[in-house]
Amino acid sequence: MSDVLILNGRLVDPANGIDAERDLLLRDGRVAAIEIPGVLKNVAAAETIDASGCIVAPGFIDVHVHLREPGQTYKESIATGTAAAAAGGFTSVIAMPNTVPVNDSVAGLEWMLDAARGSVVKLFAMPAATMGSMGIELSNFSALRKAGAVGFTDDGKPVLEDDVMRAALVRAARLGVPVSQHAEDTRLTGGCSMNAGPVAFRLGLRGMTVEAEARIVERDIRLLREIEKAEGLRPHLHVQHVSTARAMEAIRAAKREGLHVTCEVAPHHFTLTDEAVGNYDTHAKMNPPLRVEADRVAMVAGLMDGTADTIATDHAPHAAHEKEQEFERAPNGITGLETALGLTLRVLHRGQGMTLSRVVELMSVNPAHVVSLEGRGGLAVGNHADVVVFDPNTDWTFQATNSKSKSRNTPFNGAAMLGRVRFTICEGRIVFSN
Amino acid sequence: MGSATTPKGSEYAPGSLLTISDVPLEEVSAILAETTRIEQLPRSERAQMLAGRTVALLFYESSTRTRTSFELAAKSLGATTTLVSDKSSSIEKGESLKDTGLTLRALGAECIILRHPCSGAPFLLARMTGLPVLNAGDGMHEHPSQALLDLRTILTRLHGVAAATTARQDSLRGVTIAITGDILHSRVARSNALLLPKLGARVVLCGPEELLPETALGLGPGVEIERNFDAALERAQVVMMLRIQKERLAGLELDLADYVARYQLSSQRFTKHAASALVLHPGPMNRGVEIDGEVADGPQSAITEQVAHGLAVRSALLVRALGAGRFESVTV
Repeated sequence: MSDVLILNGRLVDPANGIDAERDLLLRDGRVAAIEIPGVLKNVAAAETIDASGCIVAPGFIDVHVHLREPGQTYKESIATGTAAAAAGGFTSVIAMPNTVPVNDSVAGLEWMLDAARGSVVKLFAMPAATMGSMGIELSNFSALRKAGAVGFTDDGKPVLEDDVMRAALVRAARLGVPVSQHAEDTRLTGGCSMNAGPVAFRLGLRGMTVEAEARIVERDIRLLREIEKAEGLRPHLHVQHVSTARAMEAIRAAKREGLHVTCEVAPHHFTLTDEAVGNYDTHAKMNPPLRVEADRVAMVAGLMDGTADTIATDHAPHAAHEKEQEFERAPNGITGLETALGLTLRVLHRGQGMTLSRVVELMSVNPAHVVSLEGRGGLAVGNHADVVVFDPNTDWTFQATNSKSKSRNTPFNGAAMLGRVRFTICEGRIVFSN
Repeated sequence: MGSATTPKGSEYAPGSLLTISDVPLEEVSAILAETTRIEQLPRSERAQMLAGRTVALLFYESSTRTRTSFELAAKSLGATTTLVSDKSSSIEKGESLKDTGLTLRALGAECIILRHPCSGAPFLLARMTGLPVLNAGDGMHEHPSQALLDLRTILTRLHGVAAATTARQDSLRGVTIAITGDILHSRVARSNALLLPKLGARVVLCGPEELLPETALGLGPGVEIERNFDAALERAQVVMMLRIQKERLAGLELDLADYVARYQLSSQRFTKHAASALVLHPGPMNRGVEIDGEVADGPQSAITEQVAHGLAVRSALLVRALGAGRFESVTV
């Protein structure tokens, strides 16, 4: 018997309009029953979880993680990265393709998704939009889609050429999946290692401008408009890790116009500014870079008003020796799976009054919609039994040394967090408990 | 006597000099006083100050005056020096800065003087080795010992030798210093713009927008921007000229003839707008580009004096870094 009973919790399931005390029965990897308190109390189950004082929600879904396998398992592996995901309350993650080699083939995708890799949570992948993520020749979208691709991206790099991006959007639209874009005009960011502005000037570092991000977002939105008009298709653009007020505003306008644009914001972009670089702290080096306060506030506003669809971590592990380099030489990226909830609750829920329902929307419901994961992102009877149980009121301090990830590259070591994951249940299996 | 640059509990060793912005005014004053004291010591006594101590010079970029200045300073104090440069060393084989630093420490280096093309590299080296590190120029960031020697030069010329032993909030009150040229890429400009206002000076940065973005104003109070060089000169008691760092322009197209016309400190311009101003240049100079040879060699020029002050100031910085002599009492 594999039944799991979750009693005494507050079920927050915006997908099904529930925010109330409910008990849940999970059976054979699916949600078997949702009842008011008392109804399920006599059900015999292999595991019974007392969720008193906790939120019971659909498991979090991260549409943007780097698991470094194949090729860079000294940083992370699918097993360790997904263990970190489980510890953060995530039951599904979407792996980016910038592995070594780049995930641009059916064989590569199938290898990655094979159970032998030891994924602890449900693993999905976005293969490369172009071969080798070189931005020139599209990968085989239809074959990759059949093999399980949930979208396409050259993440880490943009698809720069207009005609290539247009073709990618058209082909993806025919398959009903998004093209996920790393919005950076790399023609404007050569040699840059942080946000352009007074901090970069003082530190003597070349800065990435707001324009470098916004130009690509604005270009992609223009392409959507043109394709809709010319081809009668409705392509889906997903803008990754938005970091600037200008790009957020462009997305807001595009949504108002009715175009199919979604976007994500990373916790570090709504929490920190470029001041966090301090004395060249490579743990504050990421791409897009930490921006100024006005941009940070714009990310918060986008998350509050519905312009931003999802919180995504851009979990990007790097080994200590790689970050212990000169700032300009160190790789971009930070880990994020285990700090996402703690920062979201601290900054958005406590700091901005975001409802827990909206938090769950941003971390579960909406990401499921972005990549069309059927039966996930909500806890209706019959759905996959992907559940997170978290205590929303516990203040705690994140210690990187306790991370399940292989890497420790985070600016949030020692940072205050709010809310603790107690249980993560993926398809009915308890994959994390605390 | 002030407290040392690095506060208690800092991850950097006492005596490190990574950025001038960390150095409180009292500490600047102590460095100036120590500079004069060392300078006045008999040669034989000076040669004992760092006897038996080991200093490593780690130079990832070619340098003539800074390297020689630090090296001669260390030697004049009796220290053993070793030079590691990016050519013909483990650096060339790809060894990391951290590992190179740890190797030097294992070989007995007690202080490392670092010149590096990457901004911030001295912070990394100081964190990784725990040794005092003297920043001898890092990328586009800072050149703090240059700012200190420039300060000593200015104080000496404007107020006399005795005035160059202390730094007070009003030491440069009423003094305007025009720093002109490639500010964007200049670590000298940054360090001076951070240091000189602490003594009451106005720092007027001057140059075209592509070499002097508005974000420079973020360096702090006491700093302003003036695009018109003639106007800047009119106000200046000190004029510091900078070369265009062609190696750092990174694709930036600059009309050199136009630049020279607008920003060269020509003899004619100097005589017309700032004939009594003190002229400084951190070198190397491109005569005929940013500065006219006649001005560089003229009576208002203190360019060679800057070099001499550099040797003296760097002696004090080494004594401070190694906690030797009187400075021991001011390092935490």
